[in-house]
Amino acid sequence: MVDGTATGFLRADGRKGIRNHLLVAYLVECAHHVARAIATPFAEQGVQLIGFSGCYPNTYAQDVMDALCTHPNVGGVLLVSLGCEEFDRSRLVRAVAASGRPVDVAVIQKLGGTRETITAGRERVRRMLDEVAAVPRASVGLADLVIGTKCGGSDGTSGLSANPAIGRAADRLIDAGATVIFEELGELFGCERHMAERAASPALAAEILSVMAKSARYYGTMEHGSFGGGNISGGLSTVEEKSIGAYTKSGTRPIVGLLKPATRPPRPGLYLMDMVPDGPVRWGFPNINDTTEVVEMIACGAHLTLFSTGRGSVVGSAIAPVIKVCANPETYRRMQGDMDVDAGRLLEGRGTLDEVADEIVRAIAATAAGTPTASEALGHQEFVLGYKHFAPAGPACFPA
Amino acid sequence: MTRAALLVLAAEDDVAVSLRAIAPGERLLYETGEVVAVDAIPFAHKIALRRIATGAPVRKFGVPIGRATADIAPGALVHVHNIASDYINNALEHFED
Repeated sequence: MVDGTATGFLRADGRKGIRNHLLVAYLVECAHHVARAIATPFAEQGVQLIGFSGCYPNTYAQDVMDALCTHPNVGGVLLVSLGCEEFDRSRLVRAVAASGRPVDVAVIQKLGGTRETITAGRERVRRMLDEVAAVPRASVGLADLVIGTKCGGSDGTSGLSANPAIGRAADRLIDAGATVIFEELGELFGCERHMAERAASPALAAEILSVMAKSARYYGTMEHGSFGGGNISGGLSTVEEKSIGAYTKSGTRPIVGLLKPATRPPRPGLYLMDMVPDGPVRWGFPNINDTTEVVEMIACGAHLTLFSTGRGSVVGSAIAPVIKVCANPETYRRMQGDMDVDAGRLLEGRGTLDEVADEIVRAIAATAAGTPTASEALGHQEFVLGYKHFAPAGPACFPA
Repeated sequence: MTRAALLVLAAEDDVAVSLRAIAPGERLLYETGEVVAVDAIPFAHKIALRRIATGAPVRKFGVPIGRATADIAPGALVHVHNIASDYINNALEHFED
C-alpha cells in the first residue's frame, strides 16, 4: 500500500476496496440455512454470509442491504430468497447490477426446495467467483480509506490506553486525507457540549445536541443504558465514565458531518454516525450488540474498523476487517490470539501513546494491503441487521 | 523500577485510577499528595483522593462521571456502591462477575 503496489480492488463505480468478497445474502430467516449451506464450502475463497432475518418490510434494512451489497470490499452477490418474504429483492438486484457487480438470485420456492437450491446456489457461486476474481486492481492509500471506530467489552483501562491511542491515530489518518467515523450515541453522555464545540458549523452543532437529546430519551425509555455487568467488573461505574473514555477514540479534529447508517460521507474528515432511531421509541435497543454498529459503519462505506477492547472481545465482521486494539495488558496476555495491537502496554510503562498510535496506523496499512487481521484469520465474520427507522439527514448535517 | 500505583488524570479529579491491585492499608503517593487505601482497589478501579459528600459530583478526566450516593472517605473504593449516573442507571440485579 505504502509503496504503491496495486493491492486494492477497483470497482466500476470508481470506489476502491481492500477485500474482494463474494456475498451470499439471505433475504429472510427462512432462507438462512440454505444460504449458509451454499456459502460454507467456499469460506477459504472469500465467500461470506450476510442477510436480513425479518419478513416485514423496512426501509432502513433495505438501505443497509443495498449499501453492503455495493460496498467496495464486495465483488459480487448471490441473493437467497425463500420467495414469499416482503423484502424487495428486485430493488436490491437493480442496485447491485447498477454498481457493475455480478448479481444472481436463488429463489428456494422456484428452484424446488432446500436440496435443489443448495446445489444450484453452489454452482452459481463457482461461476461468479471467476467473474469476481477478474476485477481490476489498484493501489490504495490512506486517503482512499473510510475507517470505523468502536469499543466493545470496555473496562477501566479502555479510556486510558486503547481509546486515546485510536484517537491519536484518527488525527493522523484524517491529516493524511482519510475518513474516520465514530458513533455510539449511547456512550457519549457527558460529551455533548464538547462535541458541539468541535462541529464544523453552528447548524451541525445544533444537530449533534439534538441527536444526543434523542439518545438520552431513547435509552431512558428503554430503562437500560449502553453499560453492562462486564463494564462494572472492569472498574467502570457509570455510563458517563464509560462515555468519556469512549469519546477519546474520536481524537481532536473538527467534526465535519453527521451520518445516518448507510449514508456515504461526502468528503474526507471526521464524522459522527447517528445510530439511534428517529421518531417514537419503538424499535428496541439501538445497539443490540457491538456488531450492530460495526455493520452500520460498513454500510456508510467503512473499509475496516478499529475496535478497542478492555475485557476482551473476540468479534470480527463480515465484509470489512476488524483490527482489535487491546486496552488491558492482563487481557492481552490472556487472549493474545484475538488481538492485533497491545495498547495496554502503556499502563505498564512499555511505550508511549505516539508509539501505539504509530502501530495502529501500521496495522491499518498492512490490513489494507491484504494481511488478515486476527479475527479474519480465525474465521470471524459476525453480522446482524434488525429493524430501525431514520429520517433523512438534513443539509445541516453536511456543512459545505 | 517501581511504577506509580495511581494515575490521576486531571488535577481537579476526586479519584485516581489504580494501575495495579491495591491492598487495604497501603500508603500511596501521587504527584500532588498521598492517600491510604481503606478498601481493596482492583486494577483499573477508582480510589477516592479526598472526602466526597453524598450528592456531590465525582470528577475523573476533569469532568463529572456521576454523583456520590453515600459519603465517601479518602482511600475508599469508588464504584457502583457509592456513585450513580446523572443519566441512566441500570438495574444491577442480573450482574454477574
